[in-house]
Amino acid sequence: MSLGLLIVVLLALSTLAFFLGKRRALASSGGRARMLHSLPAYYGYYVAVWCAIPALAIIGLWIVIEPSVIEWLVVSGLPEAERNLPPERLGLLLNDIRNLAGGNIVSRDADPALVKAAEFHVYLNGVSHVALAIAAIAAAIAGMTYARQVITPRLTARNKIETVILWFLVGCSIIAVLTTIGIVFSLVVEAARFFAKVSPIEFLFGMEWSPQIALRAGQVGASGAFGAVPLFVGTLLVAFIAMCIAVPIGLLSAIYMSEYADARARAVIKPILEILAGIPTVVYGFFAALTVAPFLRDMGQTLGLSVSSESALAAGIVMGIMIIPFVSSLSDDVINAVPMSMREGSLGIGATRSETIKRVIIPAALPGIVGGFLLAVSRAIGETMIVVMAAGLSANMTANPLEAVTTVTVQIVTLLIGDQEFDSPKTLAAFALGLVLFFVTLLLNIFALHIVRKYREQYE
Amino acid sequence: MSNHAASPTVATATLGDRARVADSVTRSLKRRYAAERRFRLYGLSAIIFSVLALGLLMVTIVSKGLPAFTQATIRLDVTLYPQEIDPKGERRWEVLSGADYQGLVRESLKELFPDVSTRKDLRELYALVSPGAAYRVRAMVMDDPSLIGQRITITVPLADDMDQFAKGHISADDAEGSRRVSDQQIAWFERLSDRGLIERSFNTTLFTNGDSRSPELAGVWGAVVGSFWTMLITLVLSFPLAVGASIYLEEFAPKNRLTDLIEVNINNLAAVPSIVFGLLGLAVFINFFGLPRSAPLVGGMVLALMTLPTIIIASRAALKSVPPSIREAALGVGASKMQSTFHHVLPLAMPGMLTGTIIGMAQALGETAPLLMIGMVAFIVDIPAGPLDPATVMPVQIYLWSDAPERAFVERASAAIMILLGFLVIMNLLAVLLRRQFERQW
Repeated sequence: MSLGLLIVVLLALSTLAFFLGKRRALASSGGRARMLHSLPAYYGYYVAVWCAIPALAIIGLWIVIEPSVIEWLVVSGLPEAERNLPPERLGLLLNDIRNLAGGNIVSRDADPALVKAAEFHVYLNGVSHVALAIAAIAAAIAGMTYARQVITPRLTARNKIETVILWFLVGCSIIAVLTTIGIVFSLVVEAARFFAKVSPIEFLFGMEWSPQIALRAGQVGASGAFGAVPLFVGTLLVAFIAMCIAVPIGLLSAIYMSEYADARARAVIKPILEILAGIPTVVYGFFAALTVAPFLRDMGQTLGLSVSSESALAAGIVMGIMIIPFVSSLSDDVINAVPMSMREGSLGIGATRSETIKRVIIPAALPGIVGGFLLAVSRAIGETMIVVMAAGLSANMTANPLEAVTTVTVQIVTLLIGDQEFDSPKTLAAFALGLVLFFVTLLLNIFALHIVRKYREQYE
Repeated sequence: MSNHAASPTVATATLGDRARVADSVTRSLKRRYAAERRFRLYGLSAIIFSVLALGLLMVTIVSKGLPAFTQATIRLDVTLYPQEIDPKGERRWEVLSGADYQGLVRESLKELFPDVSTRKDLRELYALVSPGAAYRVRAMVMDDPSLIGQRITITVPLADDMDQFAKGHISADDAEGSRRVSDQQIAWFERLSDRGLIERSFNTTLFTNGDSRSPELAGVWGAVVGSFWTMLITLVLSFPLAVGASIYLEEFAPKNRLTDLIEVNINNLAAVPSIVFGLLGLAVFINFFGLPRSAPLVGGMVLALMTLPTIIIASRAALKSVPPSIREAALGVGASKMQSTFHHVLPLAMPGMLTGTIIGMAQALGETAPLLMIGMVAFIVDIPAGPLDPATVMPVQIYLWSDAPERAFVERASAAIMILLGFLVIMNLLAVLLRRQFERQW
């Protein structure tokens, strides 16, 4: 029985349990629902929950432990010589057995022992599926019967159901925390494996980045260099260009919208900025790589400058355009949060609007604007598709925006695209870069949110 | 000050002062008003810059992408020689499917230009027509073996380079070495064109096929279906989890360390770069739990974690906007806290939650980077039939095509962007309509 079918059967059983429970509750009170502690439906839910949850728990447990139990059984069924193989070779052998069992192509000739093991594997899988189906359905029926037995008019079914729901809600909230733990854990574990091979000092302060790993021993340039400084420089260069575009334009747009534009103009401008914010980054990447970069190259040629066809400038400009709506909406919020009395005070003593903005509103909103700026920087550092498509792969240490640079995110993508073995430093380096990226953006975000919140409280 | 002025001399002095001040104010006023106008102009030009950038982006994409919606085709008469397809007349499946249909198509091209003889010229001649022509003939024969021996007329796409020439993207005036079409091919094209065999028709392939190595056979349907499965998984996972979390945090959570931690966490997760979620998916879902690579299931799970904070934040705002009087009225007539939440507050907050969900889903639909990490960049021809089949999604398909050297692929990337933006516009319109329809002033 497949897992999907099993779930469907359990759903059907739970529905049945609901009606059984409801009927039982009514029967136990002699048909007078007023005598019951809770509404009849709650008794139905009570029985249905008792029917579904133990069975689902069994299925969950089975999904987690089944593969290792089967593996253990298959290994202990192997001949003595193969059982004592070192772990990596045993892993390969098991892989072959699994492939053979699944009817796939195998990397070696199938000797009788292997075929036997594969057949054993198939057999065990079958047994385990049947056993699971029987266990789950038995648990469902047992739970249902038990819950039906305990129904009396005085059973506090509603409170029990509400407790279950509350725990479900708590579980939903915990997912967010689990995600963060999962991110930190996976990045730290893989990065630690990387740092066991390459020293963190070399990684953080090394000046050369060329993560090629030799295919054969003794190949030229086999060592691979993992000095990430060129990546950091490239990332900062692109982010800097982006900020040079996004901050003045975003801020001025926000000022114009909140201080000058009338309601009608706002109704036109706001959606346009929202459209800019809603365009997928891959579209910006396409625009950068196929329109802006060639344009800059041609313009460079007419001016006698050599502009690389994948320049930091093209990626930075387009990234800046992408971040404009982000900066402008954050600035809009903080500018609107400045109390009207401050504006009126300034205008009342004869300052012009622009003087009010420059001398009163911006200073008052400055912490919030700085917070928004930091959030925008963190966005620029973490942005991937634009730089992957427009900034290139060569790890140049340069501050010249006309040259190709590479960034942390580009390298993460290139190191991880395609087939990889999971223990080469090349693959693991991506996780080390990811760890750096995560912590830098996290610090920026925490700092920025702290500033924004502190500032917001000032005027509330 | 003049009120206190008793002596006339002082009064004149003050008057003179006053005139001077007034004069300097008038003079500075001019300057200040100029500064005011300048500042206003800066603001306006900032907005004009954004509008122009958006306009330029749209114009580039539409002008690049529109040609991809048509395709130059050629009408060919292909003779289905029995001795080539099925010499023994067995009509067996293996024989029919393995026959040399390519050869038949080439034969029909040779009939059009009998004077072409050298091997090099023949190769150029054969390169006029897409390899898809042979697949078409094969499919027709497999469908109806009684066609064998007859002469059929098929309309098949031209090869991508000829298609680009037909659309005027390759100019015959360029030096022969610098373009992908030879003079000879151009001459043949003109002759075919004069005979009325070449047409430009609507490119249905773009909407029905999966990816292909030949641009004229490549379509977005595989990616659209891949996106559909991925979004389905994302929605099924993120919506209930986000609604549950927001209900707990907004309605039930006590104020303590744990809930503070969860709050800070959600705010920070919303700002974590999306690529980090891809790393999480690779390390946890694929390497630790051993889920299949390239599968919409994993893509959907990663995107669900990514959109969760967005939806939670929107849902909490929706719950917050339901006035306390609703809760109190429900509690007052004897509902439990849970009943008041689920029977009264939640239905009222639902439109807001759905709006937030649609916006989160639109974000997820456009997301590329985390999906590159979990192997959804593979070259996949087949249309995925379920969330466990290898698949790719729209944005990744756009990325793959815009990286390709062939101009025809770049054209298709633009067309795919137009289709993707179309989906996003529909989703956002839906969100706006929902908001308008159900927005309530309390």
